[in-house]
Amino acid sequence: MDSVFSNVARAPEDPILGVTVAYNNDPSPVKINLGVGAYRTEEGKPLVLDVVRKAEQLLVNDPSRVKEYIPIVGIADFNKLSAKLILGADSPAIKENRVATIQCLSGTGSLRVGAEFLKKHYHQGVIYIPKPTWGNHPKVFNLAGLSVEYFRYYDPATRGLDFKGLLEDLGAAPSGAIVLLHACAHNPTGVDPTSEQWEQIRQLMRSKSLLPFFDSAYQGFASGSLDTDAQSVRTFVADGGECLIAQSYAKNMGLYGERVGALSIVCKSADVASKVESQVKLVVRPMYSSPPIHGASIVATILKSSDMYNNWTIELKEMADRIKSMRQQLFEAIQARGTPGDWSHIIKQIGMFTFTGLNKEQVEFMTKEFHIYMTSDGRISMAGLSSKTVPHLADAMHAAVTRLG
Amino acid sequence: MALAMMIRNAASKRGMTPISGDFGGLRSMSSWWKSVEPAPKDPILGVTEAFLADPSPEKVNVGVGAYRDDNGKPVVLECVREAEKRLAGSTFMEYLPMGGSAKMVDLTLKLAYGDNSEFIKDKRIAAVQTLSGTGACRLFADFQKRFSPGSQIYIPVPTWSNHHNIWKDAQVPQKTYHYYHPETKGLDFSALMDDVKNAPEGSFFLLHACAHNPTGVDPTEEQWREISQLFKAKKHFAFFDMAYQGFASGDPARDAKSIRIFLEDGHHIGISQSYAKNMGLYGQRVGCLSVLCEDPKQAVAVKSQLQQLARPMYSNPPLHGAQLVSTILEDPELKSLWLKEVKVMADRIIGMRTTLRESLEKLGSPLSWEHVTKQIGMFCYSGLTPEQVDRLTSEYHIYMTRNGRISMAGVTTGNVGYLANAIHEVTKSS
Repeated sequence: MDSVFSNVARAPEDPILGVTVAYNNDPSPVKINLGVGAYRTEEGKPLVLDVVRKAEQLLVNDPSRVKEYIPIVGIADFNKLSAKLILGADSPAIKENRVATIQCLSGTGSLRVGAEFLKKHYHQGVIYIPKPTWGNHPKVFNLAGLSVEYFRYYDPATRGLDFKGLLEDLGAAPSGAIVLLHACAHNPTGVDPTSEQWEQIRQLMRSKSLLPFFDSAYQGFASGSLDTDAQSVRTFVADGGECLIAQSYAKNMGLYGERVGALSIVCKSADVASKVESQVKLVVRPMYSSPPIHGASIVATILKSSDMYNNWTIELKEMADRIKSMRQQLFEAIQARGTPGDWSHIIKQIGMFTFTGLNKEQVEFMTKEFHIYMTSDGRISMAGLSSKTVPHLADAMHAAVTRLG
Repeated sequence: MALAMMIRNAASKRGMTPISGDFGGLRSMSSWWKSVEPAPKDPILGVTEAFLADPSPEKVNVGVGAYRDDNGKPVVLECVREAEKRLAGSTFMEYLPMGGSAKMVDLTLKLAYGDNSEFIKDKRIAAVQTLSGTGACRLFADFQKRFSPGSQIYIPVPTWSNHHNIWKDAQVPQKTYHYYHPETKGLDFSALMDDVKNAPEGSFFLLHACAHNPTGVDPTEEQWREISQLFKAKKHFAFFDMAYQGFASGDPARDAKSIRIFLEDGHHIGISQSYAKNMGLYGQRVGCLSVLCEDPKQAVAVKSQLQQLARPMYSNPPLHGAQLVSTILEDPELKSLWLKEVKVMADRIIGMRTTLRESLEKLGSPLSWEHVTKQIGMFCYSGLTPEQVDRLTSEYHIYMTRNGRISMAGVTTGNVGYLANAIHEVTKSS
């Protein structure tokens, strides 16, 4: 019998996840994986946080725990604590019950559920996303049925923020358009607005009734401080306006594979928040019915206990500090080799990634000749570096720039 | 709205820096979500919410299909507890591939297709780990929309209510086919076959592999063979939702019979599998979607496209539940323990069916309750009307969905008498 799907063509590899596939297939002993943004220790190993291990033990040893379906919106404690984490314990929005928080499948899931909600209930069907952005963003919004437009963000000339272009593009957006904002540690560029710039962005957006949709995937990873990294979000919420926030615990709690995240919708009133939550449930039910229990239980256990929370902030700062140290080491190694060009962006950019400015040909060269695996846009995950491997990367970059400059 | 806009524009022209919360007209601006209506409660999950809110000590929950032991308590299987112990302290929490755990998927395919399935050996199955059965159905519906864009889905009447929502959100038009026969409280086989015959050639059909939800009415083996032959003649696509493998008869191989018949007859089917009930892994959201293809090349292509649909939905599926499944199924002792525990669950339900029926007959009910023991799986389609169900809830604090579906898993030796009596009271004058 013929298949009804004989017309189905093979899809291309995901550009980001495909890097790890290629890396795994390479037998070279000097290969480095700087592709996907997953934290690695100085020994190049993945890291399960101590506090996560402890939380897991508590859960496993609790005979009263069952594995029933959790509610469609997820674990209540988890939701409350997640809102507190991003908005601040003293947030008036929380005190006034104006926040609908729904446990979702990490950042991706939070973005998708939020986008589907917007498609169904928001009057504007266009979302503005920064250029460049995480490769999966346009796909998430397209599949939710939103149309995607870009606003200028990264300036290749300065390897910093194109603030003028950003203000112009958002200023020209139709009233009510949705705007995706990276809360901190912009992916892939590592370029964040200053707090003065955030304030200007906020004023502009509120004056045009643009709806902010924050993607917060690196809270705690950018500066090392959870509160500092939440400032952009909190500034917006403090003005009393509405916004959406997608939170991920993949990186800052090392819970990647457990798919833990939360979508918060900050509304004008408690009544509206309650209705909004009821409608988000209708998006979730036909997608996966209810979110997975394991990862969120770990997060709730940690956030609930002040001891565990404090230990978490210490481990988080250690990860953030190691990344900062890798930036410094790479910058110094490039300087030491006399590689032409200004490489200060390596230490100016923030978070897990450095947007090197290397082009596609240079990246291909580095992969082929030096077994460096990274995305073709020149993004490297600093988390994949160690003091041992920095010299090899610096050599590769130096060769790429001088031979293919 | 316009006034607020004017105030805001004036404020920004004056270059005012807003003090926290006081931004001119912003506070008085209304919410974007003013027009959002409160959504109706989910008909199934809403029942448990109502049950939990009821303070009556006599209350009984026979609503949602989650297994309970004879004390009415949720059960964590021993094999699962053991697997959890082995997994604790794991150093692996990395992202799974978009298609999930290859190991878990392989083990899961064996359950559906058979341990020695030629299709597995020949690598003809495109399969990915999904978010339980819901996630598998949704991923298939999205795939169907993308790659068979003109197609519709034929859904049985009745079916799990969420099936309708899934294909609706995937924007695949739906049609229905006859299934349940209210008069006999069994299968309306001739009407079903008529609908299959009259559907345009190459239609997509949703079939419950075993233990039909909500009716508990399954075709016999002979009827499945006839359905398969007619599907062949009409070149229809069969998509099986198998959420209860092991729960129907107590024997997973037997419960997969419908699927095996279709495979023998050469159909290229799709299957949604769930571990929510048969491994008690409800909250872990573990399942699998598979699509049998013509050849390995096509299987690779289809799998890659399924991954393309998963990536913008959740990137990759959750790790923990998949690890539990793999740990259990790849260890012969744990697997054997699991099979025993599944049989215990299925047997308890079968026992409760018998007890409920006998209790009703002993009470002298004027109605026939034969269907209670003929139907199979977690649910009994009682034949109770919505009004009778409402009476059961308001007068007896018994919670079930308004279609009269009783989750037998919620029936215990402790409450079966109370339940039978209540049902008798609301039906004796029928």
